[in-house]
Amino acid sequence: MNARSEGPLVSIEGLGKTFPTSAGDVQALSDVTFNIERGSLIGLVGESGSGKTTLGRCLLRLVEPTAGRVVFDGTDITALDQRGLKAMRKRMQIIFQDPFSSLNPRMRIRQIVGEALVAHGIGRNRRERDDIVAGLLEEVGLSADHMGRFPHEFSGGQRQRIGIARALAVEPEFIIADESVSALDVSVQAQILNLLQDLRDRRGLTILFIAHDLSVVEYLCDEMVVLYLGRVAETGPSDDVYRLPGHPYTRALLSAIPTIDPEGRQARQILAGDIPSPLSPPSGCVFRTRCPHAIDACAEKVPEPHSISSRHHAACLRLGEI
Amino acid sequence: MSRSDEATTDRISANGQGLAPDEVLAVERLSTHFVYKNRTAKVIRDVSFRLKKGRTLAIVGESGSGKSVTSLSIMGLLSEPGRVVDGRILYRLSSGEAVDLTGASKRTMRRIRGREISMIFQEPMSSLNPLQTVGDQIAEMIWLHMATNRANARKRAVDLLRLVEIPGAERRIDDYPHHMSGGMRQRVMIAMALACDPSLLIADEPTTALDVTIQAQILDLMRRLQGELDMSILFITHDMGVVAEIADDVAVMYAGVAVEQAPVRRLFDAPNHPYTRGLLASIPEANRERDDKGQRVRLTAIPGTVPSLYDLPPGCPFETRCAWREEACLEPVSLEPCGPDHLSRCWKMRQA
Repeated sequence: MNARSEGPLVSIEGLGKTFPTSAGDVQALSDVTFNIERGSLIGLVGESGSGKTTLGRCLLRLVEPTAGRVVFDGTDITALDQRGLKAMRKRMQIIFQDPFSSLNPRMRIRQIVGEALVAHGIGRNRRERDDIVAGLLEEVGLSADHMGRFPHEFSGGQRQRIGIARALAVEPEFIIADESVSALDVSVQAQILNLLQDLRDRRGLTILFIAHDLSVVEYLCDEMVVLYLGRVAETGPSDDVYRLPGHPYTRALLSAIPTIDPEGRQARQILAGDIPSPLSPPSGCVFRTRCPHAIDACAEKVPEPHSISSRHHAACLRLGEI
Repeated sequence: MSRSDEATTDRISANGQGLAPDEVLAVERLSTHFVYKNRTAKVIRDVSFRLKKGRTLAIVGESGSGKSVTSLSIMGLLSEPGRVVDGRILYRLSSGEAVDLTGASKRTMRRIRGREISMIFQEPMSSLNPLQTVGDQIAEMIWLHMATNRANARKRAVDLLRLVEIPGAERRIDDYPHHMSGGMRQRVMIAMALACDPSLLIADEPTTALDVTIQAQILDLMRRLQGELDMSILFITHDMGVVAEIADDVAVMYAGVAVEQAPVRRLFDAPNHPYTRGLLASIPEANRERDDKGQRVRLTAIPGTVPSLYDLPPGCPFETRCAWREEACLEPVSLEPCGPDHLSRCWKMRQA
């Protein structure tokens, strides 16, 4: 781990992203602010259109943000040139959702995992790189014998392990896992969740886990950030958010999760309607059009985050009243 | 003679005996194979289950378990080279008569699909025609199957959109599918499925593509409609949480066989088969426990992967991944009682 710095590993400050389209500007992210502490496993939760994937890509500048800053270990990465960015990308990696389309079908596993080593000049020759690749495959629960195979010879869970090995190859400090278990069957999903936890513990990695499934995030992550229509609705320690959700959206999201435990089942609160179009988000609080507690004032001003406890915040005007 | 009467006169030499009076569907020892030139995928083997009138049976399983092929076999919609090679599918027609769908003619199946048994799928966008308004698509369904004119069919289409709680139904009827959100499209699909008052609705992962808040709306709608219309539902899903929300009874499938069947509460309270146990233990939601240090208990993942359908183990299909396996598990095992209304395909757990 990097010992020289203090403070959060990643600070996201007022991040915004607007995509111009022929139908007008799509406001994918607005004024997103939160910190990612070193060595934490933080979950980013939201439904379709919440902006969670865009946010993950903005952090790596795979998508250029249109407002705000991302500060990684003291460096404003939104201000970096291409060269600076390449050096920085060695320290941050991403694992994608679909283990089928994110691995080149014509490449052997040796090449897929080893490519990043070559790109970043790690390992002096092929033998050294092969040794590193073998070690990585074993670390993610595969075997060194798998090096000569092609992606189609592996199951979905194994491919996701390959994606993780590839991300680890450059020894990053920070990994973004974008819906990395969503395409997997639940029994295999559990294998990957356990692996991510092990990697965090063993390597001291910081992981941003992006998911639509709140129960997976609650299980895996120490902290969570709930996004709705491009804005942060709530942030806090997972346990606190789960037990005492402050934002009406988080409450609705929690109560919508189908549960196998009849005692854990909350009084079902079903949200009416759909997520509004990001082409014309509602004024004020973006959730107010579906919120059972909305009042006129909610339309006037974008709510600031209010504290529930020192680390638990919710952006709701009526927090405490409802 | 009306069209609906015709549907039942082209009958059905097949013998439907064996269906109890309160049952709508009984699948008995069904096997469906996909036969290719040099190999055969045994996608479903010896699957049996029964569905009572007005109840919901969930078939739950992971990828490759055969749950969707089970529903396609019932509907007679298997694509080449898929074939039902053994077993019976007994269905009670709305006339009261029982038939075996595996012996029914294509013509009969066309009459049964949509009118008697209808189906909704995971992805409503690909099941709707993008070039036709949703109203036209629902109305077409009605005048194809029922003796009515187009004006009445349109009127009924509006009523159906109201039934599935689409706001402003009389306006939305002229919308095209792409004007609608995923949740609204799934409501339209449900409206189409209900157009001819089917007695059996097969829902194949109907909420899987939807966000969780929208999924909650759709499940709520389906529960309400089932109560009002006295329909039976065969609900296919991979999600145990959804099973808990919607099902009365559950069949758990693994690698083409039903490994366990039970009423829903019993399945969650006393799972018998090692696969069911493993599946439940791997769900994050069920794992609230903490160890002494306050750390969360690790998920118990099922090691390994599902066996290939071309190369199945001779005995229990779960044997390759099972923590309790013994030599005897290499012998074939059948689904047998392990408690009240509870069947399991594990000889060892049944004794325990």
